[in-house]
Amino acid sequence: MSIPIIDSGQTPDVLGDGPAVSVQSGRARLVWRRFRRNKLAMVGLVGLVLLFVFAFTGGHLTHWSPAENDFVNTQSAPSSDHLFGTDDAGHDMFAQTVSGMQKSLIIGLLVAALSTGTAGILGTAAAYFGGWWDKAIVWFTDLFLVVPSLLMLIILSPYFQGTNWIILVPMIALFNWMITSRVVRGMTLTVREREFVRAARYMGVPSWTIIRRHILPNISSILIVDFTLNVGAAIITESFLSFLGFGIRTPDVSLGTVIDDGSNFASTDQWYLFAFPAAFLVLIILCVNFIGDGLRDALDPNSTGGSAR
Amino acid sequence: MSQNDHLLIADPAGRPGPGSARTGAPVLSVQDLHVTFASEAGDVRAVRGVSYDLHPGEVLGIVGESGSGKSVSSMAILGLLPDNAKVTGSVKLEGRELLGLSDKAMSKVRGKDIAMVFQDPLSALTPVFTVGDQIVEALTVHQDLGKEAARKRALDLLDVVGIPDPQRRFKNFPHEFSGGMRQRVMIAMAIANDPKVILCDEPTTALDVTIQAQILEALKNAQELTGAAILMITHDLGVVAGFADKVTVMYAGRPVEQGAVDEIYYRPRMPYTIGLLGSIPRLDESGEHGRRPLTPIEGNPPSMVDLPDACPFVARCPIAVDACRASEPELLPAGPNSHPSACHRRADLESGTIPVDQVYPMPEIPEAALDTVPRAQRETVLEVKGLQKHFPLLRGAVFKRRVGTVKAVDGISFDIREGETLGLVGESGCGKTTTLLEILELVAPQAGSVAVFGREAANLSGRERMEMRKDIQIVFQDPMASLDPRMPVGDAIAEPLRTHGWSADKAQARVAELLKLVGLEPYHATRFPREFSGGQRQRICVARALALNPKVVILDEPVSALDVSIQAGVINLLDELRAKLGLSYLFVAHDLSVVRHIADRVAVMYLGRIVEIGDVASVFHAPSHPYTQALLSAIPLPDPHKERERTRILLPGDLPSPANVPSGCRFRDRCFKYASLSEAEQKKCRDEDPTVVARPGREDHATACHFAGALEVV
Amino acid sequence: MGAFIVRRLLNYVVLVFIATSLAYLGAATAFHPKDQYLQKNPPTPAVVMYHELDERNGNPDKPVLERYVKWVDGVAHGDFGKTWQLDSVQKHFSISVWVTVRLVSVAAVLSAILGVLIGSFQAVRQYKLSDHSITFASYLIFAMPVFVLAPFLKLIAVQVNKAVGGDTPLLQYQGEIDPNATGFFGQLFSRADHLLLPTISLSLGLIAFYSRYQRGTMLDVMGSDFLRTARAKGLRKGRAILKHGVRTAVIPVMTLVTYSTITTFAGAIITERVFGWNGLGSWFTDATRHADVNSVAMITLFSAVLVLIAGMLSDVITAVLDPRVRL
Repeated sequence: MSIPIIDSGQTPDVLGDGPAVSVQSGRARLVWRRFRRNKLAMVGLVGLVLLFVFAFTGGHLTHWSPAENDFVNTQSAPSSDHLFGTDDAGHDMFAQTVSGMQKSLIIGLLVAALSTGTAGILGTAAAYFGGWWDKAIVWFTDLFLVVPSLLMLIILSPYFQGTNWIILVPMIALFNWMITSRVVRGMTLTVREREFVRAARYMGVPSWTIIRRHILPNISSILIVDFTLNVGAAIITESFLSFLGFGIRTPDVSLGTVIDDGSNFASTDQWYLFAFPAAFLVLIILCVNFIGDGLRDALDPNSTGGSAR
Repeated sequence: MSQNDHLLIADPAGRPGPGSARTGAPVLSVQDLHVTFASEAGDVRAVRGVSYDLHPGEVLGIVGESGSGKSVSSMAILGLLPDNAKVTGSVKLEGRELLGLSDKAMSKVRGKDIAMVFQDPLSALTPVFTVGDQIVEALTVHQDLGKEAARKRALDLLDVVGIPDPQRRFKNFPHEFSGGMRQRVMIAMAIANDPKVILCDEPTTALDVTIQAQILEALKNAQELTGAAILMITHDLGVVAGFADKVTVMYAGRPVEQGAVDEIYYRPRMPYTIGLLGSIPRLDESGEHGRRPLTPIEGNPPSMVDLPDACPFVARCPIAVDACRASEPELLPAGPNSHPSACHRRADLESGTIPVDQVYPMPEIPEAALDTVPRAQRETVLEVKGLQKHFPLLRGAVFKRRVGTVKAVDGISFDIREGETLGLVGESGCGKTTTLLEILELVAPQAGSVAVFGREAANLSGRERMEMRKDIQIVFQDPMASLDPRMPVGDAIAEPLRTHGWSADKAQARVAELLKLVGLEPYHATRFPREFSGGQRQRICVARALALNPKVVILDEPVSALDVSIQAGVINLLDELRAKLGLSYLFVAHDLSVVRHIADRVAVMYLGRIVEIGDVASVFHAPSHPYTQALLSAIPLPDPHKERERTRILLPGDLPSPANVPSGCRFRDRCFKYASLSEAEQKKCRDEDPTVVARPGREDHATACHFAGALEVV
Repeated sequence: MGAFIVRRLLNYVVLVFIATSLAYLGAATAFHPKDQYLQKNPPTPAVVMYHELDERNGNPDKPVLERYVKWVDGVAHGDFGKTWQLDSVQKHFSISVWVTVRLVSVAAVLSAILGVLIGSFQAVRQYKLSDHSITFASYLIFAMPVFVLAPFLKLIAVQVNKAVGGDTPLLQYQGEIDPNATGFFGQLFSRADHLLLPTISLSLGLIAFYSRYQRGTMLDVMGSDFLRTARAKGLRKGRAILKHGVRTAVIPVMTLVTYSTITTFAGAIITERVFGWNGLGSWFTDATRHADVNSVAMITLFSAVLVLIAGMLSDVITAVLDPRVRL
């Protein structure tokens, strides 16, 4: 809003009214207050916590393990023994869903951390050092954008067949950092020209110290928000691969494999075999996105809540 | 050029004196206007009871600092405030109440009877439509004009406001216009339907001073043509002095003093007005050496949420008494022959019990020990020779390519001696900031040399360069941007110390010392920048710059982002520190009044070159380069009498781009002197690039003009 | 100017070349076509197997680099090799690509129009009930990846068909056209019927994406100085928003729309698979399963080219819409 309204938060003369309060906690508290006011964000936060608790303790609600087959009850409807029913091989869908959620959540968090970290380092380095550094990193980023990432993941999938599922984390992260890196680079270009960074440079502060001390904290809001939204994106990518049969494979399960399994029943009377795992996936992404948008609004004082991504 | 020719030398007359107060029915009458915004912190009472009458052909100046409610009150008149604003009171246009009208009814008034010129011409025009179409739209919204008729009228309007070659410019987009040209387009749209009132919200604040002079002239012409009344909102007391008939001074959402322009300037009856007038550095300061210290107004304006029933100025007022804390004063005349003011002590000011010039204590600025040493005997601390910085000019989003060279700095030389302040002045794009940044890099420039204490920056090793950074420090323009918002100010001040190997304990002690030095308290060290006001932040930046005991401090427009009343305090602080610590300053500014006040020597830049350099007295009293003369003459003085008597030199055209430097003398295509020269002389200006040569018979005064001649313009 | 175009295009060619080479080398080392033959029952005779592997330039006994060089040489001469069924890759491509085009064209256009309209509507009615509901719906759609959405649509279609009854199901969800459909209108109807669910499955996400973006840019414009100027001139609120607001706010969105539209043509793996369309996406997953390096490389090449065209075209669109931007 550019109408010259007086600044309601106009610096009141706080000086001379006693010793300073700790402002670091003040800022955190401000962000928390703004976040808490956002109903959807709070729903997301509470929801995600509950989903986590469910994913890691829900297994105790059933005596079936995900890989176990109940040959007596195949394709059974939800019952007290099989809460979400069983598939044609007699797998307990409840146990499978819970176990799949665990894997999906872990992969989501790890991929987001790895790709956001990579993006942060490459993006700031490119923008801060400029010149050939910048040219090289931008070219590299462009190359990864041109390489169709999902196709590449599928192509490379035979490599991680039969190995530990954790290999999916670096693989997905490898194709997930480019957009964030571009945004970070753009923001760094602005922050770099800010006068406090110039001042530090003219004082003789070393470059990496400037990046660590001044630049990263000032773009931390975008990194936090991107981390959150990357969690959702990573879970979707992993499930996508697993759904097509190129990601996690038996005996391991993820939400993707469970949904794939269930989707064959989507057009039958056993549609619940699809609906339960799908609903949990949707819930996770929904909560994560609510939190991400809530954080964006809370961290960015100028955000109107309508900004698009 | 038809229009610009007659604008060249403005006519100082043609403006009725202050005695000619209009009588008869006002065209616009605002009574007891209140605006309240609902906000998270509570209701913000932005405007609290504004009343005035505006008669046809009259100019009312509304003066106030940021947050005083001056802009909000004008937006309220037009009904363009956001939905969370509550407006009460009365706004009558020729007797017809405007408040409460529907958007449909107000649309018939906006742009027709009341037109508006906004502050920022960069963003005020729709980027995707041509300038011509936007003017045509302003016409056809209110008038039933055919396409061709509207076009013809729009072309006329472009011509009237002084846009050369209207036929061609009609088809241009806003981004192809300079700031001044866009503001002319805004004026053209404003006068398109012969309005009765034109609201101008800081119309020249975003513009350079020579362009400001042009725009004010265009506004005057527009007024003469339409006979409209003008409401001029500004923070600049100089602009109002020469332009307005009446003045309303606003503070904390209320008018605190109202009257004819001469009354306000020569007989102020409210300490805030008195303080404002005393805190502006003036171009017309007399005296070769006796610098008049500025009288700053201490403190900051109050928050507009939950104002107590007391004078809102009480915390900053040097003559406040108990009554001032007990109730808010009403706007009443101080005496039978006086104008209204809102001050409990107005009677004492009126009677002279408290002399107006003694309301504020005169600060003491110590004399520097070095001031008595002749310049020639002092050490040279910074020497710049033939410095040059050219940038490639890039164009194209899809196919980025180099299409030319920006000659930002094109060979400039100057030196600064110990304990001396050199003011570097010029308008935007003249290369003054680039000069600073090039010096601070402390590396070999593209051409020329930079030497600190006689040591060439080009020959330094990394270690030596680091060492040298201790001696040369900078204070930036925007104190908000130059402090990391996430770092406590104590850490910010300690950063240079820690970088240069001070221990944490030693640094902490030094931070406390520095905070005291700049007028803050040691316990402020743990606070964050946003808890401080602009002036205080700038003090923190000064403290940081002084941490390592530098010899030279480079000041890049250090006060231009601050309100006038705050400015004065920072200027005084800089003056005091220079004397106490024996510092040398390179003071970059666009405001010649500030430079006049603080500098010993001044260098005037134009398009990457220094066109005139010398001691302050010489350059300001006998400017010899036509550009300096025009620049000085364009600055409005906060003195209505002087303003009315001054003859202003108006430069034609825009500031040229450093990507497109004319041959020979780079000022010639805007030079008023050039026009009066003979053909042979003009040829010299076209062909020969003038160098900076000493003025004959002057000790410290040089200029780059083939036909230099002194001219008193202030 | 010419030199700059050439330089940029050259960079594009290099990027595409590297991307495609990475895909080829990745696939050539990751895939084991020989195993596929060995697992067959009855097993293929060794002579036939090696003959076919050589035909496909996929003989694991030859070094990868040698195969790569041969492939590059072929591509340079317009020969992209053979698929796992020993068809020509180009031929297969020219069939599949049209399937994909028929599948995504309607969705791409529809979502662009609806996205911009809905987003603008939301911005004008910010914080009203309609805005909140649409926002919530977009969140839900964002949280619903295509592999959830597509089977879900199928699930609904089945229930609808069941409720309606009749001999032929009302909503079709398998393939492009009913082979029994006759007559021009009969075929047209059958095509449209088969296209309905896949189009929804492809469009919903795009609509949500575009409308969020349009809403954001529109809100920025709503607070702009030039909109205030337009109203100060005497334009009424609605007209000022339409004429000055939407026209300006749509510029960045059109950039995005162009980019996404073009890249959509690279294939819709899930939608094709769920609804049984034999387009590029299905071909790609099939090719991977059958260790078909040539097909995989071809599709990667196509999609890399699309990304670059999309990038360039979105820049051009911006320059066309925004007088401030020069090419």
